[in-house]
Amino acid sequence: MRKLWIGLTYLVFFLLIAAPLGKMTIGAFSEGFGGFWDALTRPEALHALMMTGFVVVVVTLLNTLFGIMMALYLVRASWLGSRVKGLLNSIVDLPYAVSPVIGGLMIVLLLGPDSALGAVFEQIGVKIVYAFPGMVIATLFVTFPLMVREIMPVLQEIGSQQEEAASTLGAYGWTTFWKVTWPSIRWAVIYGVILTVARSLGEFGAVLVVSGNIMNKTQTATTLVYQDVENFNVTAAGGIALVLAAFSAGLLLLMEWSKRRKEVH
Amino acid sequence: MFLNTLLRHKGWTWGFRTTILLYFVVLIVLPILGVYYNSFSLGFSNFAGSISDPIAWKSVLLTLKLAVIATVINVLLGTMIAWVLIRYQFPGKALLNSLVDLPFALPTAVGGLMILLLLGPGSLIGGMAEALGFEIVFHQPAIVIAMVFVTFPFVIRAVQPLLEELDASEEEAAYTMGATRSRVFRQVILPSMAPGMIGGGMLAFSRALAEFGAVVLVAGNIPGRTLVSSVFIFGEVESDNPVGAAAVSIILLTLSFLILWLINMLQMRGRRV
Amino acid sequence: MHVEVRGLNKHFGDFHAVKDVNFGITKGHLIGLLGPSGGGKTSILRMLAGLETPDSGEIVFHGKTVNNLPPQEREIGFVFQNYALFKHMTVYENIAFGLKVKKANKHTIQNRVAELVELTGLKGFEKRYPHQLSGGQRQRVAFARALAPEPQLLLLDEPFAAIDAKIRQELRSWLRELIERVGITSIFVTHDQDEAIEVADEIMIINQGRLEQKGTPWDIYKEPKTPFVATFIGESTLIGSAAELKGFHNTGGKPTKALIRPEYIEVGHLNEFKMASATEQGIVKHLHFRGSEWLVEVEVNGHKLVTYRSLEKETLTPGQEIAVLVHRAYLFNDERSWIQENGLKEDPMPVFI
Repeated sequence: MRKLWIGLTYLVFFLLIAAPLGKMTIGAFSEGFGGFWDALTRPEALHALMMTGFVVVVVTLLNTLFGIMMALYLVRASWLGSRVKGLLNSIVDLPYAVSPVIGGLMIVLLLGPDSALGAVFEQIGVKIVYAFPGMVIATLFVTFPLMVREIMPVLQEIGSQQEEAASTLGAYGWTTFWKVTWPSIRWAVIYGVILTVARSLGEFGAVLVVSGNIMNKTQTATTLVYQDVENFNVTAAGGIALVLAAFSAGLLLLMEWSKRRKEVH
Repeated sequence: MFLNTLLRHKGWTWGFRTTILLYFVVLIVLPILGVYYNSFSLGFSNFAGSISDPIAWKSVLLTLKLAVIATVINVLLGTMIAWVLIRYQFPGKALLNSLVDLPFALPTAVGGLMILLLLGPGSLIGGMAEALGFEIVFHQPAIVIAMVFVTFPFVIRAVQPLLEELDASEEEAAYTMGATRSRVFRQVILPSMAPGMIGGGMLAFSRALAEFGAVVLVAGNIPGRTLVSSVFIFGEVESDNPVGAAAVSIILLTLSFLILWLINMLQMRGRRV
Repeated sequence: MHVEVRGLNKHFGDFHAVKDVNFGITKGHLIGLLGPSGGGKTSILRMLAGLETPDSGEIVFHGKTVNNLPPQEREIGFVFQNYALFKHMTVYENIAFGLKVKKANKHTIQNRVAELVELTGLKGFEKRYPHQLSGGQRQRVAFARALAPEPQLLLLDEPFAAIDAKIRQELRSWLRELIERVGITSIFVTHDQDEAIEVADEIMIINQGRLEQKGTPWDIYKEPKTPFVATFIGESTLIGSAAELKGFHNTGGKPTKALIRPEYIEVGHLNEFKMASATEQGIVKHLHFRGSEWLVEVEVNGHKLVTYRSLEKETLTPGQEIAVLVHRAYLFNDERSWIQENGLKEDPMPVFI
């Protein structure tokens, strides 16, 4: 019985994870290392990877900053009524329930060229949809809950007493945050950053809709994979995908490591 | 010192709070309201028209059907794997446990590509299946596989902590009272795992409904047969019909929100017990 | 620091946590806020600290209204119930925190921390982290940390609640001594009356958000101003209708209840009493040996009364008939409450021999 279950588990992991991963790796090198290298060094591939990098950096920075603030407010703020807090708290999760494609569609509807807001921005010369800002906004939307949800339980667990103690000892908000709160939430924030990086690196649906997938302009690594597949250039797609997968695996290792640190502290 | 005084000023506090709340509202609330607003912007009849387009409603039904299948598979596989990973000691256990999260970490498009390469026409398995007379890629099985792949961790991660918490003495108590193995499983272990199976299953279901990246690469996207809603929405946006896209979107959205709300209710009830 | 509180009110949602509280505290005194859990004691303390904002009322330190001052500027030290030590800082860093925030120079910080470490008996523990300390040691660190910036007022929220009963006793007298030596005005919250009586110069009894009575422990014990105080402090037996007790018929006609403390009651043979007519017949129900005396339960007219009896006197046996004299009782009705002596103790028609 026991052997059967363990065997079955290995089988599932092999079929669902190991085999596809292996097959893709082989596919990427099906034309030798040169083929893999050519696929990666195509100008559009380099540009796409660069775009992905930009999106990841900007989104991670913004999401970390606002995520920490939002979590602090949702847990600590006494100036928000408990009903308002409850409402905001349930809204935080909504992006989880929204299909990325719909997330992208939302941005298009709200800020696209046909919308009122989009027209306003167009007038002042800022292009949002089918441009970098739109991609950032879409990715921010999708990744918003990750940071907040990592930090909130930690804040709840440590309670507000240490912060109150700091205030009675003469420390103001800023000092209290850096000296008292930050050391406690540090590992949760790092975990949240890793999750945000992983998610923004891999975001596809929302970015595809918002960016318009314009080669050498708004194309990211994931949307390039899609385009390569559409063009039946499977080897090239495999090359890019392999790079993305390697990054993801690295992030997964980081996640395991920071999870362990988080538990210690 | 000067900076401190400046930071302490009431205006700063107020500005800070407003910025954060505004960011939240503009980023999350406004877009969601926007979709609902847009789908009804041309009147209800237009909304009804968009929905009653057979391609639209067939895509919704197909998505529901396949998501249900994927969820059932995931609940069964996930519960089994959670059980094996918690209860048994065997070589490679730690590695498998880490690999569980891989589908979360992997970009969905990469996941889709992997499945496409493994099962696609030119591949070994694809060829075998074809020889046996059934097709996987660009047909419904591929969509289910893609959905199972991307939602793989949900049930496992929801059941594991429950199994870990389950006190061994509860089981032992049942054995001392003469209960058989299968009875203990049905009446002690299964009920303890049930909240995780249901909660994880619902999360997996809602994610499967929403999945786009992995599905779009393997589905073939034939209207009425392998066109799921998220891909349909994408198509509508591409063909410059955002209102039609919005109509289908709000069906999916409402469904997802309902599931999210149910999960919340379930968790709250679980906490009270 | 002289503390004055006027008309303090605080609501949490629909819950009226603190109701129109007024009091003044003399400089250098140690005050105990005593009352049942959830009575509003901690809310009062937190408002004094500035951690909670009053809905109405005034808090005056040294003749200066501090309502609008944040906790940072009130010159207070606060010891939290669970100490709230900074868990990622060492003992030294915890104590030094308040001084560092105030930008004291390095030398001053070192000296002050060393002094406090000495004072609180934490020498040798400076490099430890809070999780490496025992409950009592953590408590001491919390005191030292609160005292480090030389506050004018020390506020302590249930300072001994989280400590083993054994060490608690020891810490109490230590705290009492420490505060006396430092000479700082202090207010502590407790729900333990022994603790309040033992440690405090003055006690304030708080119940359901109201200040019931303020006074020295002895005053409060001797002359409770409200029925709640009478029941809360000391032991007592409640009698539903005072008129049923011999000698307490004259209660003004209103239905009146009586509280009787053990020491208000005397039991013995009829011939032991000067005024035999004031006694009632009772039956000894139970006897409990209390180390230095007997605790006697007697039944009088269907009421169970409790009293103490010296070991020197003749030992009673359960079931024995005995004379019971209620010297005085604490009486109260809807309108007022007062202490009344037994009306029959004074002979209505004194006969001079």
